[in-house]
Formats: sequence, structure tokens, C-alpha cells
Amino acid sequence: MLVIVCYDVNTETSQGRRRLRRVAKICESTGQRVQKSVFECQVNLMQLDELERRLLREIDANDDCLRLYRMADTRGCEVRDYGRFKATDFVGPLVV
Amino acid sequence: MQLLNTLYVTQSASYLRLENDTLCVEIEHRVRLRVPLHHLASVVCFGHVSLSAPLMHRLADEGIALVLLDDHGRFKARLEGATSGNVLLRQAHHRRVDDAVFTLETARTCVAGKIKNARQVLLRGAREAKSTTDAAALARGADDLAAALRGLPQAADLEALRGFEGVAARQYFAVLNLIVRSDLRAHFPLDCRTRRPPRDRFNALLSFVYAMWMNDCRSAVEAAGLDPQIGFLHAVRPGRAALALDLQEEFRPLADRLVLTLINRGQVNPEAFVFREGGAVMLQDDARKAVVVAFQERKQETMTHPLLAQPIPLGVIPLVQARLLARAIRGESDGYMPFVMR
Repeated sequence: MLVIVCYDVNTETSQGRRRLRRVAKICESTGQRVQKSVFECQVNLMQLDELERRLLREIDANDDCLRLYRMADTRGCEVRDYGRFKATDFVGPLVV
Repeated sequence: MQLLNTLYVTQSASYLRLENDTLCVEIEHRVRLRVPLHHLASVVCFGHVSLSAPLMHRLADEGIALVLLDDHGRFKARLEGATSGNVLLRQAHHRRVDDAVFTLETARTCVAGKIKNARQVLLRGAREAKSTTDAAALARGADDLAAALRGLPQAADLEALRGFEGVAARQYFAVLNLIVRSDLRAHFPLDCRTRRPPRDRFNALLSFVYAMWMNDCRSAVEAAGLDPQIGFLHAVRPGRAALALDLQEEFRPLADRLVLTLINRGQVNPEAFVFREGGAVMLQDDARKAVVVAFQERKQETMTHPLLAQPIPLGVIPLVQARLLARAIRGESDGYMPFVMR
């Protein structure tokens, strides 16, 4: 299942900047960064739960916002992408 | 069962390290790829790829196999975490080898699976052949294999069985070359199988794809908790993964078919090979990458498993077969059933 994770973390304070770094780190460990605060994660239900729990532990509900979108499985047509960034398909052949 | 991915690193200047929970591939200090570890079942490195120690520890912890191959895809080493699996199953496995009847019957089904699948390759070649003489020769080859299959029950011991297998393999490789597109046949001749080293382009490709299947079969056997070194058809020899070789037999014709596709579609050019002194033929970097990509894509294709009667990605079938083998070894089924394609 493809999950899109977006966040806005208030960076006016140093705690905010710390939260931003930590949130980004968690997202990086589960998916790939496709825009500055947008991540695509290929996960199963259990991993999604885990990801959500870890993120909720970091963010501040008063200052920040976090959105998780679960994409319906449409067999590789979930995303249409244009422009410079080329995402990696973690399910396809991984050859360097 | 989910098919987890395998990361293949073919560039020898690569450095792999752990970053957060992702595997990071760097080439000349630039990050080329980041893969979250939960996508990976194994990491296969060709040639002199470097890895950081924290990454190796983490791979071992997560149960992700790390396989080191040399530049030509030949097996060098494998890093695997603590032996998991079931000790009772391994004990049963060790006892089964002394059971002459079970050993012979399992070896027989392995050979039968291989010959059946090989026959399908020839039959399909005959159906799709452009010229009638080729079609006739391929059909004759398929008939020879059918005769070999009928002969299998007469093999009274392992030696006789291996003899039948050898004859069938020779008959098979004698005509396999007719499936190659006629304008490419001069570049990809195949009279017989040569290995260590392969002596023509066709054999070089075969050896390379067999090595990949071998890795997958070995992983499958280990994942099922069996001892990969104790086989039935293949004799026990130090350092030889005999059981993985047994399991691989039925998949060899699938590898052959992939090689034929690669050649016939022009995905591998005749120029993509290096001829070494002494007659060895090796694949060049780009071609190797093309073969790995094609192999990975082929593993995503689903096939209907005859026993489970449901579609399964080809890459998962070795895992399924290893479990069927484990069931046969524990005596929970009447015997091992090889995977036979249609």
C-alpha cells in the first residue's frame, strides 16, 4: 500500500526545528522524500501503524500538522509524476 | 507471502552504508539510492563493493541476507544472521538422507521436474518456430525428453538416475539452440553446456542466470529452515549447497527460457561479451545489468502454481517449493512435488 505523508512543522522555535529534523528522519527511514515535506512510503498495515505512532510521538498537535494519505491499490497507477525528481520504485528491480 | 525485493549492486565503486533505517548506496561520495530496509530480503553485491560494519550488523539483525559474488556472478560468500528455523526439521532432514528410498524418490522427482520443464521449453520453441525443419527438430527433442521421463521410474539407484539426467540434458542442449532467432544463431552457438569457464556467449549467459537462481534457491531453502548442504540428488561435498542445487534443477529450464528471450529480443547484443585468453567468455558490465533487470522483472510475473492452484509471483515459487520439500522431509506429505510449468 502506498501512503503519502505530508507535514508542516512550525520552525519558529529551536524545539520546532528539532521536531522537524526528527519527523523527517522517521519518514526517511520508511519511504522516500519526493518533495520537501512530502514522502511516499510503501508499507503494509503494520508498518503504517508503526510509522504513525512514531510520528505522533514527535509532533506537537498545537503547532504542527501531519497528514497521512492511504492510496487505493491501483496497480502502479497511483502516482503520475512530472519534472526533475525521479522516484525509485522499491517493488521493481533494484539494480545499481 | 510477500515477495520482498533484492538489491543488486553491480558497480564496484559503490559503498553501502546504513542511514536511519535505510540502506544507502554511494558512488564516489554521491548518494545514488536509498532503500528502506523493510523492502529488502537480500542484498547481492558483484565484485568489490564496500559495506560499512554497522550495515552488516543491521542486515544480520533484520535477517536480510548479504551475498557477495565475484565480477562474473560466481558465489563467494554469504552473510546470514543466527540460524533460526526449526531444529526438529533439520534433524528430520539429516535422518532422511540415510533413508535410501526417500532419497532416491526425492531425487527422481527433482529430475522429473527438470525434464518436464525442459520439455515445455522445447515444445513452446517448436510452436513458435519460423521454419518447419526447426519445428520438427524441436518436436523430436521434446519426444526424446518424453522418452527420458518414461525411463525415469526404471532408475534403480542414484547413479542410474544421474545417468538418465545426463542423457536428457545432452539431448536438450543439442536442440535448444534452434530456438534462437535464425539471424543470431551464428553469434550464439550452443553445442553443449560448458562451464567453469563458459566457452561461448550462450553458456556465459546460462551460467550467469543459473547463479542468480542458485542464490534464490539457497535463500529459499534456508528460509524454510532446511540444511542447504544436505541434498538428495546431489552428493554431499564440503562447501556445496547440495539441497539448493536439488531445488534449482526444476528452475533451470525457466532460466534457459529467460536467456532465450534476452537473446531473441536483442536485449543482450553479441558485442556485450569479452573473450578471455584460454577461451573463457564473460559478460560485460552493461549486459550484466540488463540481465539482472530482466531477471528481476521476470520474477515479478505471476504463474499459477499447479499444486496450490493460485497465481504466485515466480520469485516466490522457490520459497513455496522449499516448504513443500520441508513437508515431504517431515513426512507430512506423500513426497516432494516439483514445480511444473505449463
